[in-house]
Amino acid sequence: MAKSTRKTTTSRSSATTRSQAAAKKAAPKAKASNGGSAATVPAAGMAVTDEVAIQVSSMNKWYGDFHVLRDINLTVNRGERIVVCGPSGSGKSTLIRCMNRLEEHQEGQIIVDGIELTNDLKKIDEVRREVGMVFQHFNLFPHLTILENCTLAPIWVRKMPKREAEEVAMEFLTKVKIPEQAGKFPGQLSGGQQQRVAIARSLCMNPRIMLFDEPTSALDPEMIKEVLDVMVDLAESGMTMICVTHEMGFARKVANRVIFMDEGQIIEQNEPGEFFDNPRSDRTKLFLSQILH
Amino acid sequence: MSDTLRPEDQLGGGLPERAPPPSTVGIQGWMRENLFSGPINSIGTIVAIGIIVWLLPGILEWAIFDATFVGVDANGDGSITRKDCLVENAAGLMTLEGACWVLVYVRWEQLIYGFYGSDGSIWRPTIAFVGLLLAIAPLLFDKVPFRRALLWFAFAFPFIAVWLLGGGEWKLSSVLVFYGLIVAILPLLFDKMPGREILLWVTKIYPLFIAFLLFDAILDTLLGFSIWNTLLGPLAVWEFSPLPALAEVSTHKWGGLMLTIVIGMVGIVLSLPIGVVLALGRRSTMPAVRLLCVIFIEFVRGVPLITLLFMASNMLPLFFPEGIELDKLVRALVVVVAFSAAYMAEVVRGGLQAIPKGQYEAADAMALTYWKSMYLIILPQALKIVIPGIVNSFIGLFKDTTLVLIIGLFDILGMAKAAVTHANWIGLAREAYVFVGVVYFIFCFSMSRYSIWLEEKLNTGHKR
Amino acid sequence: MSVSSTTGETSGGSWLYDPKVRSIFAQVVVVGSVVALFYFIIHNTAVNLEKRGIASGFDFLWEPARYDVTGGFLNVRSTQTHWDAFMAGLLNTFIVAVFGCLAATFLGVVMGVLRLSKNWLVSKLAAVYVETLRNVPVLLQILFWYGVFILMPKPKQSLALFDMFYFNNRQFLGPKVFFGDTPALSAAEQEAMIHRMGEVKYNKLVEASGGVENVPAALAESVKPVFGTGSWILPVSLIIAIVGVVLFRRWAKKRQENSGEQLPVFWISAGTIVLFPILCVLLSGTAVNVQYPELIGFNFVGGASIPVAFMALWFALSTYTATFVAEIVRAGILAVNYGQTEASFALGLRSGQAMRLNILPQALRVIVPPLTSQYLNLTKNSSLALVVGYPDVVGTIGGITLNQTGQAVECIVITMAVYLFFSLVISMFMNWYNKRIALVER
Ligand SMILES: Nc1ncnc2c1ncn2[C@@H]1O[C@H](COP(=O)(O)OP(=O)(O)OP(=O)(O)O)[C@@H](O)[C@H]1O
Ligand SMILES: [Mg+2]
Repeated sequence: MAKSTRKTTTSRSSATTRSQAAAKKAAPKAKASNGGSAATVPAAGMAVTDEVAIQVSSMNKWYGDFHVLRDINLTVNRGERIVVCGPSGSGKSTLIRCMNRLEEHQEGQIIVDGIELTNDLKKIDEVRREVGMVFQHFNLFPHLTILENCTLAPIWVRKMPKREAEEVAMEFLTKVKIPEQAGKFPGQLSGGQQQRVAIARSLCMNPRIMLFDEPTSALDPEMIKEVLDVMVDLAESGMTMICVTHEMGFARKVANRVIFMDEGQIIEQNEPGEFFDNPRSDRTKLFLSQILH
Repeated sequence: MSDTLRPEDQLGGGLPERAPPPSTVGIQGWMRENLFSGPINSIGTIVAIGIIVWLLPGILEWAIFDATFVGVDANGDGSITRKDCLVENAAGLMTLEGACWVLVYVRWEQLIYGFYGSDGSIWRPTIAFVGLLLAIAPLLFDKVPFRRALLWFAFAFPFIAVWLLGGGEWKLSSVLVFYGLIVAILPLLFDKMPGREILLWVTKIYPLFIAFLLFDAILDTLLGFSIWNTLLGPLAVWEFSPLPALAEVSTHKWGGLMLTIVIGMVGIVLSLPIGVVLALGRRSTMPAVRLLCVIFIEFVRGVPLITLLFMASNMLPLFFPEGIELDKLVRALVVVVAFSAAYMAEVVRGGLQAIPKGQYEAADAMALTYWKSMYLIILPQALKIVIPGIVNSFIGLFKDTTLVLIIGLFDILGMAKAAVTHANWIGLAREAYVFVGVVYFIFCFSMSRYSIWLEEKLNTGHKR
Repeated sequence: MSVSSTTGETSGGSWLYDPKVRSIFAQVVVVGSVVALFYFIIHNTAVNLEKRGIASGFDFLWEPARYDVTGGFLNVRSTQTHWDAFMAGLLNTFIVAVFGCLAATFLGVVMGVLRLSKNWLVSKLAAVYVETLRNVPVLLQILFWYGVFILMPKPKQSLALFDMFYFNNRQFLGPKVFFGDTPALSAAEQEAMIHRMGEVKYNKLVEASGGVENVPAALAESVKPVFGTGSWILPVSLIIAIVGVVLFRRWAKKRQENSGEQLPVFWISAGTIVLFPILCVLLSGTAVNVQYPELIGFNFVGGASIPVAFMALWFALSTYTATFVAEIVRAGILAVNYGQTEASFALGLRSGQAMRLNILPQALRVIVPPLTSQYLNLTKNSSLALVVGYPDVVGTIGGITLNQTGQAVECIVITMAVYLFFSLVISMFMNWYNKRIALVER
């Protein structure tokens, strides 16, 4: 485990781009502004560093002839929490799925933790080890118990001893408040519990970045909160997070930035207070009026 | 505006849609994606091309380019045989270079009609086949011209076909049993038809009549006394043709593709309703009925068809009193129908199990009788679910018709087998069996495509 | 029958509408009819058998068969009993069923996976294979392959491969390996062989083997154990290897639990099971004799020989059944939600690991039940052996014995019982399996 962390750190330093330099310049100011606005200030532990976690530059993606992502430029710093929203079909899922190479992009660059995503299977493996992902439909493994769901990847990917993997898994299951369900099968759990297991399962790999693709949109209202609570806790621990969600309360509470996408493009991005209270583009206004009634 | 925004990340949008890079679309992109997307993929492509290059030219040469198609008496020995396909090879020997399709050419009539032609009445099965196509069309497709009229025809077709193919004169009881069925079923199929009330009476009497005849037959064999014969006297033995008279063609002359289709069609038409009854029986609340159905279904599904056919040809004669001789074809038909009905029952049972309990309860709540609730509510839904399974059973049945050759019926495969054992055609097994294989493939493949088409059609209909 | 009785709408006392009464009445009618039918059948059968002078019962099984069972894997001479012929048939059915299922599974899994390949050409080729063969009757395919195989050259002109394998229109031959010392022929066996192949051929065989004492006893019968004295080393070392592998797996699991390190368990196990017995045989100095097929006169003697009828049957059955297996495998893999693959990838699993750890275990639940019924189908279809003269159960007891003795009822009952037994065993397995996976699910 320690070995792989070291490796990524060294390779990270080699990745230098123009926008990274720009990000470094912007970072101190960002800290200052965070300290200023009390209402939306994240807790003290949620510091954004000037280290770049994900760098997407001039990225384009097509499905066949369909231009689904158009010229995406995005830099995510370590510790940053980003919420992505936008109308259905705007390419939000596609964007974050490109970040762990569940989808392939055709043009531009994606650098995650200093590793550029190309066809190189080794690099893809490295990135996926450091990037956790939570899906809309949980995608738990139905033939394995909750505990086995959580230990599978640590054992097979991190080569962790089973005992240790189980200890780690129990720790995270406790964090998401369902240690007592460890012996059950996913089919026996409620949707909210399943999604929390899915989060714990990702965390067991000890990722440095977490991607969430509408984690609450398949859930009943009373279960949404239990999942969001877990995500807030996670944010407070300083995890770098990119969340596709339409939970605006959550966005206001934890996000550093909200990104609005439409037609495969990033239309507008801003810190949450500004974004919701003072949207600038017409399309953002229209979208917000629709989801906020 | 917050400071977290980077200068290059501000208001965006308005980018036009661009065409993808040329290497990812078009033929090039398609090949990259589908044939050469990685090293393993590329090896796969090369191996596949290798297999095609290895097999295809040889097959084409054998089947087409080097083949002899038309039977001319090439060597002038007065008859057309395999010898007319021989060519001289490099060593000066006479050998077969390509396929000798002359076998099919010469034996065409037998492969299609069996020995039916010896009576010079091949027009009868030919017309029956055209009739079959006309009868099937409205059942398969919604948009057929004159669909209503054709549906009536389809209904009457089995009765016409029996007359066309079999001909001959019948006893009064057979006529009543067979053609009475039309009259009995008609009012069940058509709600608004003239004289339905009267016909419904026939429907009610018909099963009683059949039961009476069965009872009478048993009485006759055990005691030698028949009520029917006694009542009707000479009328009972009088034979006549219910439709315009045609010469009788005995079933042992039936053969070839015609026989295959006859067995297949009878199997298809009868196995579904019997299968439905068996499936309902298996889910019945009456333990005795359930047990009987389970025993029948599991027994038939547990043994090979060939043993059942042996049973029909070796044991069935023992089951009946001496003197009663069952037609070989009828015996085979009974077995084929029973066999596929058992499989059909399991398919239908799957559909019945998939219907939510609420539907059964709703039907009960409407105070429908058991049969009405099944007929009106449960079965239409259940059968629709299992259409692919039903068609698969039909395909299986159609392929299984080949087994009748083992008990000495000459279906198309039997005819081909007979042909290749004849001295004139020795060594032409490949040609004969490839031909028969192509015929079967056409039938079975179109059935499976039809089922896929129907499934898609029904699915979209469901969504809307 | 129950139709008319349950729907009868004629009015009567109110008890007529009591569902209980109706149900009992209907059942009595149904059972009564069936009993009557059986009475009718049994009565007639008894009368007919008496007229033909056939005594019912199974005593005929112990009488001489008066026909040879050849062309299978166990030859039975005409002086042996019907029971012996039946046993040979059973063995032949069993062999073709087992080897057919193995080959069909292998080919079917390969084809099913290839059909899902991202490579367009490969998946289309697999589709052509599946769609063509599954839409042609298996009986036709058996006859076709038989027709192709018997078009091969006569034994004298056999196609040879490395002077070890021979293919001709009668059999496929290969070397046969004998473990341990094979005893020379006893005098009686020598006599039997001379009687069977004629003096000239026998002398040639002796010459070819380098002396009477070198003619392996296994030649006296087409199938005799290939294990001579001293060959106990083979099974013993195999058992040791298996036990060793089991222990090794346990140890490897423990080791993983404690240290996280993983070994290529599968390859080590497979290698041990294959190599260890071979090593033991070689090191212990057990005699290993390889006997090659030898053309003597117009026919081959010795070696391992597989009759053409079996080849045609086996080939047709397995390629035909493989098409169904391929569809089952394909459907099984497709039945697993793609989200499972994506979740595995997102956790960092390689595609092979994702397949082995998550996709296959889930797909197997969908695959195994229909797969077992395909095995059953193959077993039942093996009865078509009849058309190529491979002596299976149906060919022996259900065919020649039936025709010779006229004991139709008994012979068919025995034949059916064999298949019903297979069906029963398979459905018991299926129930057990379904229960097991149901337990895991919830
Ligand atoms: N595998 C695919 N092949 C072709 N088109 C696709 C594929 N996946 C997504 N698309 C298309 O790409 C567009 C973007 O899809 P995406 O799933 O990223 O949208 P989204 O913003 O996540 O929408 P939603 O809020 O509904 O999840 C959609 O128009 C969709 O139809
Ligand atoms: Mg989405």
